[in-house]
Amino acid sequence: MRKRHTPKDRLITAALHVALAAGLFFAAFPIYWMLNSSFKSNTEIFALPPSILPKAFTLEAYAAILGDPVKLRFFFNSYFVAGAVTVLTVLIALLAAYGFSRFNFRGKGSLNTLIISTQTIPPITLLIPFFGLVVSYGIFDTYVALILTYLVFTLPYAILLMTGYLNTLPRDLDEAVAVDGGTSWTALWRVIVPISLPGIVATSVYTFLLCWNEFLFALTLTKSTSMRTVPIGIQLLMGQHAFEWNQMMAMSVLGSLPLLLIYLVAQRYFLAGMTAGSVK
Amino acid sequence: MTRQKRSHHKLKRAVAPYLYLSPSLLIIGLLMLLPMVTVIAYSFQNSAVLRRDPSFAGLKHYQAIFDDPVFWASLWHTLYFTCMSVIFHMTIGMVFALMLNSDRINPTLRNILRVLYILPWLFTAVIIAVIWRLLLEPNGVVNSILMQIGIIGSKVEWFSSPETALHAVTFANIWAGYPLFMVSLLAGLQGIPKDFYEAADIDGAKAYQKLIFITIPQLMPIIISISLLDFIWTMQVFPLIWITTGGGPIYSTEVLSTYTYKLAFSSYNLSQASASAVVILLISLGLTLFYIRYQKAR
Repeated sequence: MRKRHTPKDRLITAALHVALAAGLFFAAFPIYWMLNSSFKSNTEIFALPPSILPKAFTLEAYAAILGDPVKLRFFFNSYFVAGAVTVLTVLIALLAAYGFSRFNFRGKGSLNTLIISTQTIPPITLLIPFFGLVVSYGIFDTYVALILTYLVFTLPYAILLMTGYLNTLPRDLDEAVAVDGGTSWTALWRVIVPISLPGIVATSVYTFLLCWNEFLFALTLTKSTSMRTVPIGIQLLMGQHAFEWNQMMAMSVLGSLPLLLIYLVAQRYFLAGMTAGSVK
Repeated sequence: MTRQKRSHHKLKRAVAPYLYLSPSLLIIGLLMLLPMVTVIAYSFQNSAVLRRDPSFAGLKHYQAIFDDPVFWASLWHTLYFTCMSVIFHMTIGMVFALMLNSDRINPTLRNILRVLYILPWLFTAVIIAVIWRLLLEPNGVVNSILMQIGIIGSKVEWFSSPETALHAVTFANIWAGYPLFMVSLLAGLQGIPKDFYEAADIDGAKAYQKLIFITIPQLMPIIISISLLDFIWTMQVFPLIWITTGGGPIYSTEVLSTYTYKLAFSSYNLSQASASAVVILLISLGLTLFYIRYQKAR
C-alpha cells in the first residue's frame, strides 16, 4: 500500500483535480455554449459581456426550427436515409460476415485484406466518379443516390464488425442444425441471428452515425431543398441568414439528439462501433 | 448418406460462402473498385464527365496540378493540419486517459468525467464547425474572455485573417478528435497487468519511471495503429474546413480535399480534379499499406 496522507501526496491529488477541471472546461465548454446560445435571443448572443446563463430564456429558436416545414423535411430526410442504409447494411453485412466466419474458401484472406483497405479510401476520390455515374443514370438529387453511396462507405467496416462478433459465437450451435439435416441458410436465421443481437445493434449504431454525419456526398449529389439532409440544412441556414446564430445552435442541438440518445442508451455498443476497428 | 448425396452436400458447402458474400462483393466491386478505375481514367481525359467522347490527355492534368502553387500550398496545409491534429489528439487523449485511470479520484467522479470528456465525439463535423464559428466570432465569447484576461489587445478575426485561420481550424479539429485516442488508451491502460506496477513498486520505481518503462511501451501498439488511422482520416477532412473557412482567406486554409472539390464543382474542371483525387488516393493507399503491414506484423 502507498502512503496517502503526506502533504506532498495531498498536493498531487489536488493538482490532479485542478487538471481534471481544466480538462472538463476544454471538453465541455463549447458544447455548453451551443446549448446556452440556443436558448438566447439573437441579440443577446453577442451582448457584451457574454452571459453565462441566458438572461431572457427563450425557446423562440426551437419554435422557429420546428415550425418550419422546410427544416422538418431536412430531419425527415436524414432519418429516412440513415434508417434505410442501416437496414440494408446490416442485412448485407450479416450475410457476408456469416460467409467469412463459418466457411473456408479460396481467396478468403485476400478478400479480407481488400475489405480492410477499402475503409481508408478517401471519399473525395470517389466523389467525382459517383457524380458522373449518378448523373448518367438519372438518379441525381434522389434518395437512391444517397442510399447507394452511403452503403459503399458503411459496408466494409460493418462486415468486419459483424464477422468479429460471429467469430465469438460457438460453432457447435450451427453445426447442430447441420446434423439435423438443415442447411447453412436455416442455421443462419434460426440459430445465429437470434443470438447476434448485440453485434447487430453495434453495427446498426455505427452505420446510423456514419450516415447521420455525412456531408460531402449529400452536398454534391442532392440539389433541391426538399432532398437536403440535416448537415446541409445547417450550412444552408448559415448562408441564408448569416446572423441567426440562435437558430443555427437550436438546429445543431436537434441534429445532435440522435447521437446523444444512442450514446446514453447504448454506450457499450456505441464505443464498440466507434473503436473496434482501430483497436483490433 | 449416399455418396452422391454427400458430394452434392460438399458442393453446396463450397459454393455457399460465395453466395453469402455476393451482395457485398457486388456493391464493393461496382460502387467502389469500378469508380476508382473510372477516376483514374478521367484523370487522363480532356473534359471528363462533361463530354461523351473525351479525348486522351496524357499526363497533362497531372502536369497542371504540379505546376499549380495552390496545390503545393494545399499539400503543405494538409500536412500541417494532419500532423498537428494527430500529435495533439494523442497527447490530450493520453493525458486524459492517464488522469481518468488514476486511483486518486473517486469512481463516481471518474465515470461522470469519462462521459463528459467524450462529448466532442458525439457531434457531427458540421455542427462542430458551426460551434467554433460562434465561439471564435470577432464579437464572440473567446475574444471577450481573452481580452478580459489581457492575452489579446483587440478583437482577433480567427477564421478570416490569413495568419490565424489555419491554426484556428487545426485547433477546432484537435478539440473534435482526441476522444478516439482517449477511449482506446483507457481500454489499453485497463489491460496492463497490475503485477508490472507492483514489481516496479518493489524496486522503488518513481511514478514517471513507471510511465516511461511500463505504461507507454505497453500502449505502443494502440498508439501506433490509432495514429496511423487518425492520420489517414484527418488527411481527408472536408466539412470542418469547408464550413469554417471554405479554404480561405486567400487559400490560407486550402487543403487537398477542398482544393479538389473546388476544381471539380466550382471550376467544373473534372479532369484536373480527378488527377488531384488520384494523387490523394495514392497518398492514402501508401499509408493504408503501411497500416495493414503493421497490423499483420503484430
